[in-house]
Amino acid sequence: MNDDLAFRRPELVCPAGTPASLRTAVDAGADAVYCGLQNATNARNFPGLNFSPDELQKSVAYAHARGAKVLLAVNTFPPAGRFRLWQDAIEVAAASAVDAIIVADMGVAAWASRNFPELRLHLSVQAGASSPEAIRFHCEEFGIKRVVLPRILTVAEIAAIHRQIPCEIEAFVFGNIGMMAEGRCSLTNYVTGISTNMDGVCSPAADVRFEEEADGALTSRLGPFVIDRYACGQSGGYPTICKGRYSCAAQAEPYYAFEEPRSLNLSALLPELMRAGVTALKIEGRQRSRAYVKQVVGAFRRAVDEIMAGKQASLANLIALTEGHKETQGAFRSKSWR
Amino acid sequence: MNDARTELTLGPNLFNWAPDRWRDFYFRIADEAPVAAVYLGETICSKRAPLFDEHYEAVAERLRSAGKTVVHSTLGETASQIDRRLVGEVCQRVSELVEANDSSAAYHLRGRQHHIGPLMNVYNEETLRFLAAKGARNICLPAELPFASVGVLCAAAAAEGVTIELQVFGRQSLALSARCYHARAHGRTKDTCRFICDRDADGLTLTTLDGKPFLVVNGIQTLSYEYANLVQEVPALKAAGVARYRLSPHSCDMVQVASAFRDLLDEEIAPPEALARLEALQLGAPFANGFLHGQPGHRWTSAESLI
Repeated sequence: MNDDLAFRRPELVCPAGTPASLRTAVDAGADAVYCGLQNATNARNFPGLNFSPDELQKSVAYAHARGAKVLLAVNTFPPAGRFRLWQDAIEVAAASAVDAIIVADMGVAAWASRNFPELRLHLSVQAGASSPEAIRFHCEEFGIKRVVLPRILTVAEIAAIHRQIPCEIEAFVFGNIGMMAEGRCSLTNYVTGISTNMDGVCSPAADVRFEEEADGALTSRLGPFVIDRYACGQSGGYPTICKGRYSCAAQAEPYYAFEEPRSLNLSALLPELMRAGVTALKIEGRQRSRAYVKQVVGAFRRAVDEIMAGKQASLANLIALTEGHKETQGAFRSKSWR
Repeated sequence: MNDARTELTLGPNLFNWAPDRWRDFYFRIADEAPVAAVYLGETICSKRAPLFDEHYEAVAERLRSAGKTVVHSTLGETASQIDRRLVGEVCQRVSELVEANDSSAAYHLRGRQHHIGPLMNVYNEETLRFLAAKGARNICLPAELPFASVGVLCAAAAAEGVTIELQVFGRQSLALSARCYHARAHGRTKDTCRFICDRDADGLTLTTLDGKPFLVVNGIQTLSYEYANLVQEVPALKAAGVARYRLSPHSCDMVQVASAFRDLLDEEIAPPEALARLEALQLGAPFANGFLHGQPGHRWTSAESLI
């Protein structure tokens, strides 16, 4: 089990949707960059995003030459009959000399640990391992070296988990926050027929519609269902089911039944997270632009360096980059979020 | 596989019913429902579990006396100390069958015979074989798997001596969260909920801004508004090798539901008659079967599109 650590320098883990973003993240100070291949084997399987095997290999060389690591997300759940695609992804990862693969499915983890025992495995947030027992299970069965914790735990709970598991902890600190337990949500499939777990897509763009009403209001839909409506002049968010507005018998007016559209921003909690045993800080956003990656990675790079130097971290202006320009500390601050 | 005896099972009750109603429901199931196995236990919220303690053993005993196998189900999501304690306690029933619904339970259960519930992600043969080697003997598949994958998994399961189970009736679990949406709907939090979820016997319906019923919340769980109903697909599922057919409890007449499915499995009635008998229950929400057809889960599709 982990010992109580005094403040170790955390690894800053940054997103890259394209080779150009990867170079941007490395240049902006990322310690590690995570990315995916151009298919259903990763949870950001969007058109125009992700890496070919050749691009991955070149990107790893670029990162390694500058002292940064590359982590490949192979973190979706292969449906029976299609497992070969995930095997191919692991083979590509091994051939490209990535520093670790991020896995969620037990079958994928078992196959990787059996066939590539030297390949380092991280447990994806998509595995939904939220208790010490669940994490230990994956460590003992598959040799997992690091767990990416679900975004549902308080800092105090993370500290308690840290003392009861034999692996490193990575935690999300900034970006888009889903309301549902990762890897356990079929809402997109229920509405569109595309599965988040099997296809790596949440709220596919092909099923998104914005319709202007007679009064100038804007209605957003996913498939046949209305997700939200915005008054004339209000900016409309991308329709995600868990951030939509609905009615129910207990509420007089339509309300955000799950959560308001906000982004996670834990910049103020960084020292506490580091003290709790988080040794890798993860920034969400493989679908975001290079400009975004540059700004956020640069800001967190400075913040981590300031904290390590014993100074107060300055993380102003990040709010402009958050979804709907509203931010939250989600579950991390206190249990009242639940 | 077609001639193998198929079993009907009753999944865990997902909702927070009054304890006496809960007890009476299971007593009637014990006495009247043609189900081979009943899953007991709280899978949604560890705060609710103690509410049923006073009746739990009596219900389990009544079911066993009626010749039904009792399987104890664990929580779908384990995070807090109370969650962990509950999962640990259920898994301590070492002489009885336990169904794991997350990897916390799998941690406790490995090395002995157990079941895997539909809230665990068993999507492929590799995962199935791994869990079988850990002692899994029956696996209830996730709701969203398409039929082609179900067939592949049945074949892999047969080689491992594992049975495959699939939910064929009742609202489908679509998502879990750390946040309680029942509490949120009533302006409370999970810690201050005062068990407000007891008002909705089949969950709280969410309606879109244009008035269309969409989803149902049940504590931390989000369910489909539609009731899954796979009567049309039962012949194909039997042919594929699905051994156990799960009914998820609702406030409707579950004895009638069980009888319709039992008669269908025994080929005493055809799917259209089974469908008519379920329609007669007037559930107030439509049926759906889209997931199995590889279509949006909310849809109702004719069985012919099954490949």
